[in-house]
Amino acid sequence: MYADHQFPGKLFIVEGIDGSGKSTQLSLLQQWLKREGYTVFFSEWNSSPLVKETTRRGKKKQMLTPTTFSMLHATDLADRIERHIIPPLKAGAIVLADRYIYTAFARDTARGVSPRWVRELYRFAVKPTIAFYFQVPLDVSLKRILSARAGLKYYEAGMDLGLSDDIEESFELFQGMIRGKYEEMIDEFGLQVIDATRSIEEQQNEVRSIVERELEDVPKRPLPNFALADSQI
Amino acid sequence: MDYRPDNHSFEFYGEGLPGVELSELRGRLIVIEGPDGVGRSTQVSMLKPWLESNGHAVLDTGMTRSALAGKGIKQAKAGITLGSISLTLFYATDFADRLENEMIPALRAGFIVLTDRYIYSLIARAIVRGLDASWIKACYGLALKPDAVFYMRGDVGDLIPRVLSSPTGFDYWESGMDIHMGDDLFESFTEYQTRMLSVFDSMIDEYGFEVINTAQPIEMIYKNLQRRIGKLLRENV
Repeated sequence: MYADHQFPGKLFIVEGIDGSGKSTQLSLLQQWLKREGYTVFFSEWNSSPLVKETTRRGKKKQMLTPTTFSMLHATDLADRIERHIIPPLKAGAIVLADRYIYTAFARDTARGVSPRWVRELYRFAVKPTIAFYFQVPLDVSLKRILSARAGLKYYEAGMDLGLSDDIEESFELFQGMIRGKYEEMIDEFGLQVIDATRSIEEQQNEVRSIVERELEDVPKRPLPNFALADSQI
Repeated sequence: MDYRPDNHSFEFYGEGLPGVELSELRGRLIVIEGPDGVGRSTQVSMLKPWLESNGHAVLDTGMTRSALAGKGIKQAKAGITLGSISLTLFYATDFADRLENEMIPALRAGFIVLTDRYIYSLIARAIVRGLDASWIKACYGLALKPDAVFYMRGDVGDLIPRVLSSPTGFDYWESGMDIHMGDDLFESFTEYQTRMLSVFDSMIDEYGFEVINTAQPIEMIYKNLQRRIGKLLRENV
């Protein structure tokens, strides 16, 4: 319905498996854009309060099927798009999103949902200006997160797929499946691949130079000095 | 009213649901559709005991009652917090939950599933709210094709007395007030329901609705539905 939007703003999104470092990169990008004087709006994945409660209930009671899991997240993204993405884009802002429709395509099809159906389901989504895909080998990402995080959650680990009774093993298998789905989508959606094995600084430089090329006609509206000072390190 | 389950098979409208073996579904799926206030639930409440007295196990179900999303939808409507696309998808989630967790298990167990509304009302609501018809229809490609859809058709003028006979009167949503179709509930109701009706009518051929004329006494409508359902169960569609 929205597809190639004609709004004055820009939408940059990051994708990748857990532990690819995408959130770190997006946060660094946000700092830079703000400092440059752009109006930046950050939209989180899974953030609509109303749908969140239903999702939480469904997850807690483990009553979600692959289909309803997919649809609840679609509802959530629709809410975010209608509320938090379209209006800022109309206002000429730069909108940043951590995860987008490609997360759903990768995760839901790994769960057995029809690829064609889930792409139809998300047809309401605005096409991003650039969709960054942080590409990382599975063993690297697993090392990054399994050492860092305390407990894996049931759906996050893909336990509903019955891949393994061991939650950590299930998570690894599930992440591997999701990674495979991402790889298949690179050409289909023209994802901008970033080699996420490189240093954080190198990746960020590449991201910034790609983003910069898209900002020629985006107005800068510097914040008052006191706010700017606050956001600068 | 015996039916032989062997020659019967279900299909999905589109891509369908993962993990459902259609040949295992032995029951029948019967849909009562139609606008607000046309008397659908009255008919369902009469048909259920009739079918049961004839030895059929019946699951009766309706919209926004799912364990998963029913509560959230009620809250969303109370606070009017969702946009058209999100609300449409929330309804679709609710539908999918009931399809997978209520209707399909019942069909697998050989029940007659008698549902007050199905995807058609949800599709009509989305279309009237200006959403892309081909998109919403593709989303509902996960739905089973019913054995019969009885479309209880009533003109807008005939709906009003029924709506006003309930203590709550014109309902905010049934009047399409979320999309500002008129200055007050009556005007909005009339405009909204007129549009809903024209979308329903446009689906008659596409989805093979059997049209039930509701400009007759409840008892006559009931007899009509009994006759058609009885035939359907005998004929082993």
